[in-house]
Amino acid sequence: MPTRRFFLRNSALAMVGVGAAPLWLERALYAGDAPGARKKILVAIFQRGAADGLNVVVPHGEQAYYDLRPTIAIPRPTSDGSKKGEAAIDLDGFFGLHPSLAQLKPLFDQQHLAIVDAVGSPDPTRSHFDAQDYMESGTPGLKATQDGWMNRALPKMVGKPSPVRAVSLGPVLPRSMRGATPAVALQTIDSFQVRNAEAAKQFEQMYTASTDKMIQTAGRETFEAVAMLQAIQRQQYTPAAGADYPRGRLGASLQQIAQLIKSDVGVEMAFADIGGWDHHVNEAPLLGNLLTEYGQALTAFWKDMGDRMNDVVLVTMSEFGRTAHENGNRGTDHGHANSMFVMGGGVKGGKVYGKWPGLQKEQLYEGRDLALTTDFRDVLGELVSRHFGNPSAKNVFPGYDPKFLGLV
Amino acid sequence: MRNQAVFALASVLCLAAVPGISAYAKKKNAGAARQFSKQVPDDQKILQALNRLTFGPRPGDAQDVKSMGLKKWIDRQLHPESIAENPLLDEKLRTLDTLKMSGGELVRNYPTPRMVKQMVNGQVPFPTDPDRKLMLTRLVAKYEEKQAAGANVAAAPNPMGDPKALNQLLTPEQIRSLRQGSAQDKLAAFQALPKDKQDDVAAALPQGMRQGLLTIAPPELRRRLQMVNGPQQIVARDLSEGKLLRAVYSNRQLDEVLDDFWFNHFNIYLDKGADRYLVTEYERDVIRPHVLGKFKDLLVATAKSPAMLFYLDNWESVGPNAPQARGKKGGARGLNENYGRELLELHTLGVDGGYTQHDVTEAARCFTGWTILQPQRGGEFTFNKRVHDDGEKTVLGVTIPAGGGMSDGEKVLDIVAHHSATAHFISEKLAMRFVTDEPPPALVDRMAETFRKTDGDLRAVMKTMLESKEFSSEGAYRGKLKSPLEVVASAVRAVNGEIDYAFPLATQVAQLGQPLYRKQEPTGYSNSSMEWLNSGGLLARMNFAIQLADNKVPGVKVEAGKLAKPDDPIAGIALGSPEFQKR
Repeated sequence: MPTRRFFLRNSALAMVGVGAAPLWLERALYAGDAPGARKKILVAIFQRGAADGLNVVVPHGEQAYYDLRPTIAIPRPTSDGSKKGEAAIDLDGFFGLHPSLAQLKPLFDQQHLAIVDAVGSPDPTRSHFDAQDYMESGTPGLKATQDGWMNRALPKMVGKPSPVRAVSLGPVLPRSMRGATPAVALQTIDSFQVRNAEAAKQFEQMYTASTDKMIQTAGRETFEAVAMLQAIQRQQYTPAAGADYPRGRLGASLQQIAQLIKSDVGVEMAFADIGGWDHHVNEAPLLGNLLTEYGQALTAFWKDMGDRMNDVVLVTMSEFGRTAHENGNRGTDHGHANSMFVMGGGVKGGKVYGKWPGLQKEQLYEGRDLALTTDFRDVLGELVSRHFGNPSAKNVFPGYDPKFLGLV
Repeated sequence: MRNQAVFALASVLCLAAVPGISAYAKKKNAGAARQFSKQVPDDQKILQALNRLTFGPRPGDAQDVKSMGLKKWIDRQLHPESIAENPLLDEKLRTLDTLKMSGGELVRNYPTPRMVKQMVNGQVPFPTDPDRKLMLTRLVAKYEEKQAAGANVAAAPNPMGDPKALNQLLTPEQIRSLRQGSAQDKLAAFQALPKDKQDDVAAALPQGMRQGLLTIAPPELRRRLQMVNGPQQIVARDLSEGKLLRAVYSNRQLDEVLDDFWFNHFNIYLDKGADRYLVTEYERDVIRPHVLGKFKDLLVATAKSPAMLFYLDNWESVGPNAPQARGKKGGARGLNENYGRELLELHTLGVDGGYTQHDVTEAARCFTGWTILQPQRGGEFTFNKRVHDDGEKTVLGVTIPAGGGMSDGEKVLDIVAHHSATAHFISEKLAMRFVTDEPPPALVDRMAETFRKTDGDLRAVMKTMLESKEFSSEGAYRGKLKSPLEVVASAVRAVNGEIDYAFPLATQVAQLGQPLYRKQEPTGYSNSSMEWLNSGGLLARMNFAIQLADNKVPGVKVEAGKLAKPDDPIAGIALGSPEFQKR
């Protein structure tokens, strides 16, 4: 059944001729046709390098955690003011947040932040590269998959979709977004243009006429996206509500994602990543610094987006967790299950989801890692279906039938 | 006149209609076999070789190869010692003196502020060169002055410089010429200052003004300007500059391409602690000498290099039952699997090479005790038997008896270097880089066979690949997308650019997505075309091309600028074209 949006778009484009619609009109179209009909948006953050989930979401109610990590465990929550800064921040009497994530606690309390624990990929690999690849393709164990889960999750559109409906911040397009549906990688909004107008015209001609099919397609998508973003380039962007994005790539990426979403250019999927989680040695200070940046970036995004968060869910993931026991160098080696964060206006937060498998020797995966009780595709599948409104989560995660946790 | 020039350029860039990037062409059926057996015409064979064995053809290169004969040219590239090096390259590399130093020398000559203090306190020896010693002593005096004044010396230098100090040092007129004058005015104003004042002024200049001076200063002055602003940063800059200069100017092009390939295969992240001072000798003494030698020699050299031992944490790995399993402060130390895993997954067998978690742990046990003497001071390899796990181990089905000491690790290297999965994995990766994104299995099998028959002779493996029908086939021809380093180096070569100062070009490579020596993950950069094909990357390539052709990239001059009229970016268009992105 043609929707109202469909009708409006087609009549509007018919009026001015396809491709020649004034930008404001196109933008209005992409933005949806009525208040409340705004598109749902999914933002995914990848923590590359395997974050130590057990020190991010701390099972302080479990003695084995402290036995396994004599020097790097996060102390139990305390009311002693002088030690509070180093202790876990209690969430539910059993789990606590790493102290560097203090900023996220209010979001958890307001039930906008949900945490899923003992979650991850069922594939046993402890290779960063393979595990990232599996998580991004959405097909653990299957190397032949050509495209990524985010690309498959984009619904087929009637009419002309926005050229920037899927955007990734960074120099390369992540595996998650690769595939048949156009997706754009950009380093910054401002740099996303050819700086010489004459050359821009010639390049557009050459790329769109290239006999190399792949370059031709990439070129066409690129110049369509450039046209789309022109209007918001060089605009001074001031984050709302005094949101203070941290220095570093994740902060910059999330700020630009916020700017893109608020500019109503038709973003439906956004991706950003943050590396440096592979803490084999001297983990405590390294993880603390990284989590500070991470927590600040998420908090700033939340503030900046304001009530637009009603349309947005942000989900974080990392390729696998780390060994339950610390290694010989006050660090941890490659492990198995991890935790994921889910944040958004419509998220049923304030709760740690998932079944806790325990940290006794016999409860550990292969005797060394946190066991997995929730498949990451259960989380992503639910977001794709129930938040994003794509009914075919089974096609997004082929061969898998996601079991929803009730996150949204 | 102009048409002629454009034509000349176009022929260097081979702007003809050619097949698409092979990764996407899906040549998996019978058509694939045909594609990879049907040969391209002889002239294209020459271009193919130039595109794959060099960082891009320069004007005249194709003709030269033709005169020499392709077979002979390839053979010479496979024996780089037989090729006289370009004297211009030596000249350009001359001021980059860190490239010839050991880790220990780097630490002494290009120290961090903390190390300079240790020198002053007598904990670390000063460099022998009296000028260098004087300069460092002055640096530390300044450092202490600042600290006494309550400044946060650990913080990055203020990008705004130190306007107050500048006002004291210079007249308003002098400041004006440094700020607003033409490039020549700036340089003249600076050089007119007495030498001892120059250092103080350089330290007080805002970042923008200092950068401006850097790009026009003659090499020696440039060196001093950098020295004043943090000697430790020079080591990293020299590495990047050296890489670009070699890629553009070296006559031993295949040697450079292979150096890049193998450094990336045994990747190390420069900014991980002590590696800042260890990567220089790693690339020079560990990677470079072995790229056409025996794989096992290369592997052993990397395994014993302080740079790798530090990067993958093995230097801190301790056998749980070793005599010194308890640290000095009584804390338990233990096994670190990082190197053991990446050795199997990335360096040798490949992730599908048939090893298990048990093999990873056992390999890690074998390497306990392989460590570094004084890593923070330039370090060297040592075996510490007090932290070695001397029990029996089993790696990939081979039992390594107890009591082997340091030879345990050597046995592991021997096992993996001769494992059939390694022959296959290395051959496939080479074919991906040099032939096509998804190499035909038949080619990989033949290369792997050569690998096994020759005890991993990498020159022989290369030869099998370069003489294969697949290498000069239609399926392979111009089917790879260039990496950012390849784009930048090949563009400079295509227009005969002259590099005075290579650092801005290295910055360009980073902006295109491939910061040199700074791939944090041990995987290195991908060899797949797909990695580099995306909208932001394409735009960045177009912008680089226009800037370069317009002579707007500082530190490099290109002739193409002369060909084009103002505002008519014809050379830039050629360099930014879809065809130029391929090789």
